[in-house]
Amino acid sequence: MMPADAQSDDDRADRARQKAQEARLSKPWVTPRGWRYWSAVNNSEVGRWYTATSFLFFLFAGVLALLMRTQLAVPENDFLSAGTYNQIFTLHGSVMMFLFGVPIFEAFSIMILPQMLGARDLPFPRLSAYGYWSFLIGGVFVCGSIFFGVAPEGGWFMYPPLTTTYQEGLGADIWLLGLSFIEVASLAAAVELIVGVLKTRPPGMRINLIPLYAWYILVVAGMILFAFPPLIAGDLLFELERAFDWPFFDPARGGDPLLWQHLFWIFGHPEVYIIFLPAIALVAMIVPTFAQRPIIGYSWIVLAAVGTGFISFGLWVHHMYTTGLPNVSLAFFSAASEAVAIPTGVQLFCFLATAVAGRFVRSVPMLFVTGALAIFVLGGLTGVMVAIAPFDFQAHDTYFVVAHLHYVLIGGMLFPVAAGLYYFYPMATGKLLAQKPGYWAFWLMFFGFNVTFLPMHLTGLLGMPRRVFTYPADIGFDVLNLTSSIGAFIFAAGVVVLVLEVVRPKTKQPYAKRNPWGAGTLEWLGEMPGKPWGIRSIPSIKGRYPLWDQPNLMQDVDAGRFYLPDAEEGKRETLITTTIDADPIQCLRVPGPTFVTLWAAIFTGGAFIFATYKWYFAAGISAVLALVTVLIWLWTGTAKIPEKRSKEAGLGVTLPLYASGSTSVGWWAMFITMIGDMSAFASLIFGYFFFWTVHEDFPPDPASGPGLFWPLIAVGLLLGAWLLTVLARCWNRHDRPMAFHVGLGLAVLLNVAGTMALLAGPYLSGLDPTRHVYPATVWVLVLWAVIHFGVGLVMQLYCIARRWAGRMSADHDIDIQNVALYWHFMAITAVLTVAVIAGFPMVA
Amino acid sequence: MAQRMESEPDSESEALPERRETLWLLALSPMLWMLYFLVSYATAAIWCAKVVGRDGSLEGARIAIGVYTVLTLVGIGIVTWRGFRKHSFGTATVPHDFDTPADRHRFLGFATVLLGGLSVVATLYVALAIVFIGSCT
Repeated sequence: MMPADAQSDDDRADRARQKAQEARLSKPWVTPRGWRYWSAVNNSEVGRWYTATSFLFFLFAGVLALLMRTQLAVPENDFLSAGTYNQIFTLHGSVMMFLFGVPIFEAFSIMILPQMLGARDLPFPRLSAYGYWSFLIGGVFVCGSIFFGVAPEGGWFMYPPLTTTYQEGLGADIWLLGLSFIEVASLAAAVELIVGVLKTRPPGMRINLIPLYAWYILVVAGMILFAFPPLIAGDLLFELERAFDWPFFDPARGGDPLLWQHLFWIFGHPEVYIIFLPAIALVAMIVPTFAQRPIIGYSWIVLAAVGTGFISFGLWVHHMYTTGLPNVSLAFFSAASEAVAIPTGVQLFCFLATAVAGRFVRSVPMLFVTGALAIFVLGGLTGVMVAIAPFDFQAHDTYFVVAHLHYVLIGGMLFPVAAGLYYFYPMATGKLLAQKPGYWAFWLMFFGFNVTFLPMHLTGLLGMPRRVFTYPADIGFDVLNLTSSIGAFIFAAGVVVLVLEVVRPKTKQPYAKRNPWGAGTLEWLGEMPGKPWGIRSIPSIKGRYPLWDQPNLMQDVDAGRFYLPDAEEGKRETLITTTIDADPIQCLRVPGPTFVTLWAAIFTGGAFIFATYKWYFAAGISAVLALVTVLIWLWTGTAKIPEKRSKEAGLGVTLPLYASGSTSVGWWAMFITMIGDMSAFASLIFGYFFFWTVHEDFPPDPASGPGLFWPLIAVGLLLGAWLLTVLARCWNRHDRPMAFHVGLGLAVLLNVAGTMALLAGPYLSGLDPTRHVYPATVWVLVLWAVIHFGVGLVMQLYCIARRWAGRMSADHDIDIQNVALYWHFMAITAVLTVAVIAGFPMVA
Repeated sequence: MAQRMESEPDSESEALPERRETLWLLALSPMLWMLYFLVSYATAAIWCAKVVGRDGSLEGARIAIGVYTVLTLVGIGIVTWRGFRKHSFGTATVPHDFDTPADRHRFLGFATVLLGGLSVVATLYVALAIVFIGSCT
């Protein structure tokens, strides 16, 4: 046995070593001070801003709701004019869906996911910051429009021809361009979160052990990739019609407003689940903590998350039951709408079983969870009713639907988010929220909610249509509407209590103890208040609830006994692991604070916002500045060649500092982005074939199309550009710089020539996109492809410059690997575009 | 369901049948359902728009969708059977939460089986549409 003084010497030395490590670790992770604070990109800062901003948008949209309820409190009220009322309900829906429902999940995830996975940060912190700034700028732009009386007024789904023919002004453009800009931010977050879940897990956290929250986020981010692009494609068609008179939705020239409904709802229905699933994911984390036992039915909940994710894409037509589609089509979607109730129900039973089998500790988060489940189940039941087409024929566009969607969204999303706010508040700030205001908030909200929305079922069944600014007296709506309005203010009082408790200064309140709820998952490892580095050392995981399963885990993590306990080189670092078994494969250097993301967002925003006012020159300048800023960001901040090949990451493991190809996070991000891109492209192709099914003569006559000659030349040249880009990647790998430069240079020329040839087809055959929907559809496919080849051209030139500047080498080839991957998708784009515009007229 | 094992034999992980595992098998059944759903919808839509018109009979499309249904169910069945084989590898039972390659293997198998079951139900639901509806009206 060691003598006592020798042991204490060892302890002292160990403590000194830990202190030195902590000092080195804190340097690169320090949060900028003063005005530079806004250059922070760390997930905890960006996550906090994101959460606060989306809550502000929620409060704004809530005030709009109160204005509506005031107007509807009594019949024939003149508190608001019809026009203002239209703007208010449109903005209420749009803001709640686009600026609160979806972003709050991104915000929460950016904040808590790295902590949950024991990572120091997400793999692309600057992308998160860019997404946040884009969201803020776009959100303020859209919301601000109401103060100038120019807000959109066509409802949150903007149906044409109402919004193309019958409404003047900029409202629809603000909606289309402002929200498209925000959708880009959502896609950025989706890429970040998928790569985060798959690649930044702690060693040992195999796919069967990941927190259920991460499963849900993986599914939801995947859904965003397939749901948002159809809307972006729809927005493109819509804006081309509004700005340049391309007749996609104008029946007089062959267009069809139903195409917008299809594209909108292919997005819109999955979006409901994109909002619901992450909120339920919060429940899946909260219930085991307060039951003090592992979740019952982990695999069943994975089934529910993945199953819902898929089936939710087969529901979109249930918003279109009254558009006159064949009954058999309605029946397919009715069947899928009923099927989705199965996985939804499964997860609720798992939560109930866990709560009943465990200890069920009483607390504010658990109260909100219980309220959420009660409200959501009621909303789910009316959901099963409206999924049946004959019932929907009666209830469509009435207050019954308003009641249903609020039961689903408030029960399925707002109450779980309130639970999550109470639960995770100490993790974000180090302080607990008080219990008493929480109980008050809950009961006011729960009671107020039901007083508001329960009567609406009846109002709807009595025949009151939604979106009317007033109603006559004595036809049975008076008492019900007054009750709803009183309930809305009680509900709002509950929200106010909650907000006051959150913003109440807590300087005198002591910090909460560590892991204040006694949870089992990694996000509660942190100190109170949290350190900027997130986690002291990245642990090795052996179960689903490491804090319950692994004794002394907290002490060992704090003592730096796991991975990356130090930052010897003064860099921000986190671990990259394999997707299935989470074996460590790379030590990733993540970038630090910068203003470049803010500038990139400002210029990108400018391009969208100026275009709203048809100031195309200013929009063009802004777009060029955005491109330049992004290039500066990439050039100075990405794919940096490290000073050494590898480093000791702790526990005797040595890891490379650089990885390219399919093991690198950048490659994954490119792959995932392009999947989203392909789904937008597929939506445009869907548009072409949609018009083919609704018209006898589409395409009208092969002679009037782009012909075969130029499109075939184009596809040949573009495939050549693709092949040379892929070969250039190989030549770079084999360190043949001359072959690389000549090959890629030639690829640039073929790309330019191919793009010109593609344009030549419709241009030389005189297709006029404003004349009929056929030329418009051909042109939009060609333009989509041309823009992509333009981006591909910038990428090719970028790689040539990188190699010349010595920032890319045979071993350090992230750039060309990712660009070659992009070009695989360009080959698909070229072939499909030509097959549709030149090939299909031959077989049709 | 059998009583959960508290520990598992060490030798199991040595004998794992696959070296590299992916998430694709897990998602395959719902993907098959989705493909089935889209192809059935497109078949009915094109049949009614281009072949028989809005007042025509659905007969030909019904036969085609019936064939799709059988093919989809067979496909999901094969995937689910493979999932079940993975789930029942070795001797450990659910909840498959050991930190071992073998339990990860079993978990992926079990989740595949569950998703297969859901996909079968969802396929049968959709197939009911052509049982009850016989025209393009």
